[in-house]
Amino acid sequence: MDTKWIEKTVDRYGRDKTRLMDILIEMQQEKGYIPSDTLPVIARLTGISQAWVEQTVSFYHFFRREPSGRYAVFLNNSVVANMMGREKVARAFEEETGCRFGEVSEDGLIGLFDTSCIGMSDQEPAALINGKVFTRLTPFRVREIVRNMRAGKPVEELSTSGYGGGSNALPLIRAEVRNNIQRKGLLLEENYETGTVLREKLRLLTPEEVIWEVKLSELRGRGGAGFPTGLKWEFCRRAKGEKKYIFCNADEGEPGTFKDRVLLTEYPGLVFEGMTLAAYAVGASEGILYIRYEYKYLERYLNHVLEEMRKKNLLGKNIAGIEGFDFDIRLQYGAGAYVCGEESALLESAEGKRGEPRFKPPFPVEKGYLGRPTIINNVETLCSAVKILYFGSEWYRTMGTEDSRGTKVLSISGDCRYPGIYELEWGYTVNDILDMAGADEVQAVQVGGPSGTLISPEEFSRIICYKDLATGGSFIIFNNHRDILRDVVHNFMEFFIDESCGSCVPCRNMPWLLKQKLEKILNGHGVWKDLEDLEKWPAIMKINRCGLGQTAANPVITSLRNFRALYEEKIQKGRSFDEGFDLEKAVEESCEVVGRIPLI
Amino acid sequence: MRKKIIATTSLAGCFGCHMSFLDIDERILDLIELVEFDKSPIDDIKKFTRECDIGLIEGGVCNSENVEVLKEFRRHCKVLVSFGECAIMGGLPALRNTVPIRECFEEAYLHGPSVEEANEEMILPNDEELPMILDKVYPCHEVVKIDYFLPGCPPRADLIWNTLYALVTGEEVKIPYEVIKYD
Repeated sequence: MDTKWIEKTVDRYGRDKTRLMDILIEMQQEKGYIPSDTLPVIARLTGISQAWVEQTVSFYHFFRREPSGRYAVFLNNSVVANMMGREKVARAFEEETGCRFGEVSEDGLIGLFDTSCIGMSDQEPAALINGKVFTRLTPFRVREIVRNMRAGKPVEELSTSGYGGGSNALPLIRAEVRNNIQRKGLLLEENYETGTVLREKLRLLTPEEVIWEVKLSELRGRGGAGFPTGLKWEFCRRAKGEKKYIFCNADEGEPGTFKDRVLLTEYPGLVFEGMTLAAYAVGASEGILYIRYEYKYLERYLNHVLEEMRKKNLLGKNIAGIEGFDFDIRLQYGAGAYVCGEESALLESAEGKRGEPRFKPPFPVEKGYLGRPTIINNVETLCSAVKILYFGSEWYRTMGTEDSRGTKVLSISGDCRYPGIYELEWGYTVNDILDMAGADEVQAVQVGGPSGTLISPEEFSRIICYKDLATGGSFIIFNNHRDILRDVVHNFMEFFIDESCGSCVPCRNMPWLLKQKLEKILNGHGVWKDLEDLEKWPAIMKINRCGLGQTAANPVITSLRNFRALYEEKIQKGRSFDEGFDLEKAVEESCEVVGRIPLI
Repeated sequence: MRKKIIATTSLAGCFGCHMSFLDIDERILDLIELVEFDKSPIDDIKKFTRECDIGLIEGGVCNSENVEVLKEFRRHCKVLVSFGECAIMGGLPALRNTVPIRECFEEAYLHGPSVEEANEEMILPNDEELPMILDKVYPCHEVVKIDYFLPGCPPRADLIWNTLYALVTGEEVKIPYEVIKYD
């Protein structure tokens, strides 16, 4: 085997084992998969065991161990994709290519694979083909695309729908992705020139004063958990360590969330400025934007924006003329793992390991990336911080509610006329939002994605804020025609089964058990005891290590609480036990294999 | 007081749980003061002769005969207990659950090192006298209702004894930490 190219790649990252993700991503892109015989070479060059390389490779969805076709199609199978007609699109792909999902066509040309939400819920069904995004697919377009693949066209030429608006049309992106910004607030309003805070404000403020201003604004983390941002910065500022890091978490994997994609497309300067601001506040020298692999199509563009900022002295040495303020940012791509949105899993991944959450404490502000003090903030949080510094915390506090200041960017999708991005002050009711989005005959809303809450119309007067309905931004609407249990809850449970890192036993097993129960009920074999089990069993999920594990049963818990009637109507009356076991079906396959007639 | 009647069986198991049962040692003398055995390998009674109070099931369910025996146990026993990992979760036999059934047959009868030369005619056993193999190994509670579960591979003799004693006397079961700790 020619090991030269491997060596070259590994050398480019200084043979640094913590850059294993980057090395593997390059291998994957170069060959379309990661050949087994490259692993010992990578291990030798980086000085780690082959098992280490192996465990990292095997963890991430987009690292393939087998050839995945010259065109690798990853079709989203999230709940919204299904609602928007994924099934027909998938069948069209299978018919046209002659292979099934999970397989590669015989000639090795096209591979078909499922993938979790790719951040395009407002323009589903969507797929990634060799990293390029294709949205609003129809069977007709699929036939066109496959025809063009067979004709050997490069993936850039497969798109026929024109480029999306805004920066999506720039030569560095050229994506057919649409922004769908439906409502702007203080964050999305074009009332600010990127770099102004760095250039004009910072020299007048000490780091402590920056933190103080952020604290006064009562800004809380926008990823969903809502930790006070100023406090986090203060902890990190106080933490001992010569080198500190700023991470921006752009791994938005919660199905139904896509606001970070829009922020990074239209406001990347603001995001990077927010990271730089945080660096000034806590005294960090290096920043890393951890971004999901699904947004690989933004890579060249984001690197270009960073380059421009360096030219303007908004990054680099003595930033904005402030003596001794050195800071720079690089991108770190993931490779397809929802759990890496959890901050400590994100750090593990950025260090080239499996994305398994760490035990806390210690918290990242004390021991984070490479064991050093690290801030991890959501994309939106960092953008908000810049606006707070520019307009002042007083002004910021005039918006929102008492416990939730400012605005929240919501990703709205599902059954409504105007899906897209809505920036709203905290405090609107679900009803207000449904009105805004043009949603009628609404049966249910999933607030905060699968790990959040499924609410019924009785609760539509609840308000969006940390105290009541907290959300990282995902807001999925289901109308009266949707089968909540089959289409929604079941899909979400499959998502959690796929995405568990497998470390904690309850998270590894319980979603699977709950899904089995749910299927039993859906197949007409449910009894009252099954409902009791569904209610009691998830209690154990609290002992899981991370937020994913702790919330992985939420689709069942919240649907059972708010839509109990849907479960009850499927339960058999007057039967206390039904195992759902079908002997005839269970022996069918083995009898066929040995060639005998089942005798039952 | 009438003696309670116990039946036991090993389905897709290794009899290790029954061996562990025998590890109650001299307490077996106390046990026979309290119970009588019906269908069980312990007294070699092959068929149920009467209704039983307690049925102990070792092993999971891997073929149609296991299904039949398990259902028979359910019909004849008031209380059914899964004892041991295999009965509760399928255990080692369930390792085959991730392998397509055709591959299992081929490995077992055609290509396995011990059969490669011996089975020249490449026969997969299909006599109708033989039990039919299920698509996967099931835990017992996915086939019939199971009332109690005794974990362990095998469950410790003390756990089996304590549970049986409690079931027979109606006293509360004692499960000290030592009898369900495995590391």
